[in-house]
Amino acid sequence: MAAVEDISAQETVEPRGWIEGVPAAYWLVGFILLVMPTFASNFVLFQIFGWTFILGIIALSLMFLGGYGGMVSLAQMTVAGCAGYMLAIFGPSAITGISMNWPWYVAIPIALALAVLLGTMIGWLAVRTDGIYTIMITLAIAAAFFYFARQNYVIFNGFSGFNGVLPPQLFGVDWRGPKAFYYLTLFWATLCYFAVLYISRSPFGLALQGVRDNQRRMSALGFNATAHRVAAYAFAALLAAIGGILLTWQSAQISPGTAGIGPAIDILVIAVIGGLRHPIGPFIGAFIYVILKTFALDALVAVGLSGERFQLLIGLGFLIIVFWSPDGILGLLARWRENQGKDPLTDRGGDAP
Amino acid sequence: MNAPVNVSGNVTERLNATGTTNALELRGVSKMFGALAALQDINISVKPGERRAVLGSNGAGKTTLFNCITGDFRTTTGNIRFFGEDISAFPPHERIRRGLRRTYQISLLFTGLSVRDNIYLSCLGVSRSRFSFLRARRDDALMASADNLVDVVHLSDDRHTLVANLSYGQQRQLEIAMALAGAPRFILFDEPAAGLSPTERRELVDILNGLPGHMGYIIIEHDMDVALRVSEYVTMMHNGQIFKEGKPAEIEDDPEVQALYLGGNDG
Repeated sequence: MAAVEDISAQETVEPRGWIEGVPAAYWLVGFILLVMPTFASNFVLFQIFGWTFILGIIALSLMFLGGYGGMVSLAQMTVAGCAGYMLAIFGPSAITGISMNWPWYVAIPIALALAVLLGTMIGWLAVRTDGIYTIMITLAIAAAFFYFARQNYVIFNGFSGFNGVLPPQLFGVDWRGPKAFYYLTLFWATLCYFAVLYISRSPFGLALQGVRDNQRRMSALGFNATAHRVAAYAFAALLAAIGGILLTWQSAQISPGTAGIGPAIDILVIAVIGGLRHPIGPFIGAFIYVILKTFALDALVAVGLSGERFQLLIGLGFLIIVFWSPDGILGLLARWRENQGKDPLTDRGGDAP
Repeated sequence: MNAPVNVSGNVTERLNATGTTNALELRGVSKMFGALAALQDINISVKPGERRAVLGSNGAGKTTLFNCITGDFRTTTGNIRFFGEDISAFPPHERIRRGLRRTYQISLLFTGLSVRDNIYLSCLGVSRSRFSFLRARRDDALMASADNLVDVVHLSDDRHTLVANLSYGQQRQLEIAMALAGAPRFILFDEPAAGLSPTERRELVDILNGLPGHMGYIIIEHDMDVALRVSEYVTMMHNGQIFKEGKPAEIEDDPEVQALYLGGNDG
């Protein structure tokens, strides 16, 4: 049985204070991320890190479901796309014939609420299945949403979707400017990351992990396993919806392709590459994915190959990581830590038990 | 075989204290697996606070009976009432929330968690905070209940030990602690003494006899020594049917029972 987060272990850490419990390397990473705009180019801030944080948030929603709940959903990008569409429909966009042009403080809550409703309904359907069947049913929903959005011109504006969907000019800041957008996405990524970390050790999170490990036992303890799973889908939908709104603002548009089957699978690839065992995994996976997606084309052209084959590099990277470590990069790191200092002849030492 | 001993308290006093409605009542319960009748027309009434043993050979239908009572299996026919309420159509978690608990023949524990956290999860399952997104405070009442139960089943020294590192006997004790979480009204013990050493069996008997008087239970047990020392009434099962019912001494002296299960008159 996979280990549920050990809440008794917190007791040994808490008396020291949570600040002292954070390793120095994490402080360093946090500091670098905060001062990044002082030395990084606008392209790096907006395109590399902005996109990484957004995809990381959406993949985090999948990690929450898969890692803590044992449910792999391919519909998280659909929920993100739904939030983006709702924002474009209820808020301002260049498609004035459809968009209602409501203020952001009305449009954003409506977009989030409707996306969470969709995510909950998807969960309500999907929790009745397990394993490969959950993947299939969520993939079917993702495909249905894609084709519905592409063929519906009255609400979704068909193939073209919506453009000119911009963030509000709050506090006189252009939130789509590279630095402002970087901090906006960093803020939400950090918030979502810590929210997942916190909830994983809450009664709800513990129960969810218990349901993942032994559903029958949890029912015999009085837990309604189905309700817990549906609630997990609802929370994951909220994360995906936040990512979806940021994604729509970043590209200033939303179209069926944003929530197509390809992007849905990309989210799974990101989560698996990073690792499903900890909320940091999706962000590591998103960073690798964005780097490959951004620079693979140039790298291929540089070695005389067709730039159109950049997806091949992503696929190969995915294959190699999954082959060597089914737990993704986090699994590789954990193994490296365990083997650190181990005597190669006796296989003793290191951090391994 | 040791002579049966009285369990704690007088059963009549306990019944008067808890009312006269049956704690558990099965009427015409049967369970079919295809053409195989695992249970046939089972009728059982258990008073509140009553401690009953269900005995029988392997395949007699004892664990299937438990699975039907807890809702793990849907009955094919018949109905089950728990303190007067028909729970036949309820899912397992709803039956648990009404005060029914069970242990399993094969320990179903969260081996990656500590002893206390396993019990904490059990307390959480029947509390309103099971959907809480807020982490438990250090002075959390449920955590205090879990600590108390750790002491009840004599696992105080292993409070923070991972369940995977417990001995088999300690895991069985933990199963009992989990069944005691959240003020149960009635417990189903499925072979709690299986695989225990003689010392651990004595501890188990002490724990069961030390349970509060209002807390009734049914115990499935192959060890007659244990079963007859912790129960005041016995139901014998054979081939999915009730074969004999009576007080421990009557069952022990019954020639048919002796012939079938006790190996003659050597008792």
